[in-house]
Amino acid sequence: MAGFLARRLLNYAVLIVVAASLAYLLAAIALDPRSNYADRTPKPPATVVDAQLTALNLNDKTPLLQRYATWAGGVLHGDFGKSVAGASVNEDLKRRMGVTFRLVMLGLICGSLLGVLLGAAAAVRQYGWFDRLTTGVSFVVLAVPVVVLANILILLASWANFRLFDRQVFLVSGEYSVGLEAGFWGHVVDRLQHLILPTVSLSVGLIAVFSRYQRNMMLDVIGADFVRTALAKGLSRRQALTRHALRTALIPVMTYFAFTFGALLTGATFTEKIFGWHGLGEQLINSIFTNDVNTVAAISFLAAVSVLCASLASDLLHAALDPRVRA
Amino acid sequence: MTLSDEELAEELTDGTAYRAPSRLRVVTGRFFRSTQGRIGFAVLALMFLLAFAGPLVNRWSYTDKDLTAFMRPPSADHWFGTLQTGSDVFAVTLRGMQKSLIVGLLAALVSTALAAVVGAFAGYFRGWTERSLTWLTDLLLVLPAFLILAIISPLFGSGQWVVFVIMLALFLWMVTSKIVRGMAISVKEREFVQAARYMGVPPVRIIFRHVIPNLSSLLIVDATLNVSAAILTETSLSYFGFGIQPPDVSFGTLIADGSRTAVYAPWTFWFVAGLLVVTVLAVNLMGDALRDAFDPSAKRSR
Repeated sequence: MAGFLARRLLNYAVLIVVAASLAYLLAAIALDPRSNYADRTPKPPATVVDAQLTALNLNDKTPLLQRYATWAGGVLHGDFGKSVAGASVNEDLKRRMGVTFRLVMLGLICGSLLGVLLGAAAAVRQYGWFDRLTTGVSFVVLAVPVVVLANILILLASWANFRLFDRQVFLVSGEYSVGLEAGFWGHVVDRLQHLILPTVSLSVGLIAVFSRYQRNMMLDVIGADFVRTALAKGLSRRQALTRHALRTALIPVMTYFAFTFGALLTGATFTEKIFGWHGLGEQLINSIFTNDVNTVAAISFLAAVSVLCASLASDLLHAALDPRVRA
Repeated sequence: MTLSDEELAEELTDGTAYRAPSRLRVVTGRFFRSTQGRIGFAVLALMFLLAFAGPLVNRWSYTDKDLTAFMRPPSADHWFGTLQTGSDVFAVTLRGMQKSLIVGLLAALVSTALAAVVGAFAGYFRGWTERSLTWLTDLLLVLPAFLILAIISPLFGSGQWVVFVIMLALFLWMVTSKIVRGMAISVKEREFVQAARYMGVPPVRIIFRHVIPNLSSLLIVDATLNVSAAILTETSLSYFGFGIQPPDVSFGTLIADGSRTAVYAPWTFWFVAGLLVVTVLAVNLMGDALRDAFDPSAKRSR
């Protein structure tokens, strides 16, 4: 196991380095920081622009590889460079990382837990009303992209606030109300009000995917000999299903988990941007529009790291669930 | 069944030569017998008809601006209402739908072809070819496709939607190619591939003649499901301004514009969003029915 893990980690380290370099090079080629200065009035002299761009390591007159070397040297020391406005990328992203992390974790936990539970429940009574209902609903949900879902949720929420509650129950913009004068519980309630819609829009898709997958895996397992044996040795149906069937059916789902994580990050990007959360995803979209090469590269780096962490976590969970892997 | 049995059976069929039903006929038969397949196919055909024949019956084209009607709700004159600029929502929506359907279809075709080639080469040649191709696949899976596409989006420019389609396809093939590789490894050991190899057929020709055609059922299903994936990705990218650029319109740009005015002008948002969801749903239903039709031994999904 240790050797396997060491090889995996080494492979991941190489992948991260290459992926981050690729992201930097693509961003440096595609984005044009010089154009930020073009429509300023009065137009700054060319030498000033050049000096400023060079100071930020964004000057396109410096050869690409030289800029890359400067950037890579900084990253090795844990410094992601400066944004186009001259602020430190590290400081900015450190603040934003927490926001994205909270959103993604919550969406992931809600999505995978509910999805697995719904899928397992649907499989227990195949073709029952619950199975049919979840199948139908997940089919529809899988056809709704996050951007549309988020907008529909906003519309529904504002309708509900206006018609049903007659006050602001669901808050659709930002992570918390600025300048709210309330006690500790007031702040908690305020955060929850902001949290509901983004979490729903992020996790609904995951629930649909996981429940479909878990259901199919569970159906494969329910008829297996070891479940019958467990029943024969005197376990109740419930115990046999939870201890043996559910656990075995979880193994392939865990492998699938690594694949969905990238999609989850993308979903979080949309959710943050639409609901106005100041997280990494929102910053990614903003920084592409402001031609902020260093910020884009840093966020790509973090995305690659987190996808590989998810992949590692799914390997470890796999080992925890499947004794054959540990041997 | 022995030889004489076969002869007997042949006699029993009154001398008319018994022809084995072709696989195509069997599969299409199964496909159209399933409710999902019928509904999916009918809806998708309807969507195509709407997108390409709809503009012919509408008296407004997508470039027309009705200066007497800004932000009007649906009426006999403007079936889906009008936008702030006076554009007819019906005409603009159909125009966006054409673009989204074409982009989705092309991107799915290209990405499935790419997945087939990369996966089959990796599975057939093994060794360093496999290792480097697998590594490339893993590398592209590490960075979310949306991220890369968004970063390189300034290169697309306006009107260059073909470049966009190719880039979209370049970042959709990875998961399929992993599956294809696994199946190619097992196909490689089959007798007909070995026979071809011993007859001296060059490897590349074996891959295109024998390996890839034997994976066609998987590839067809996958191409179908990739259409919906491509349409969804295109929508999300265009929503944020990274995909189809103005003056072209697509579902994504229309939804982005519509969502801003949806509160007081619901017709600018719900028609487009509804058509998008119905289209993707129909494609997914078709893909699911196709999968069942190709592989009846697999558990029915309903």
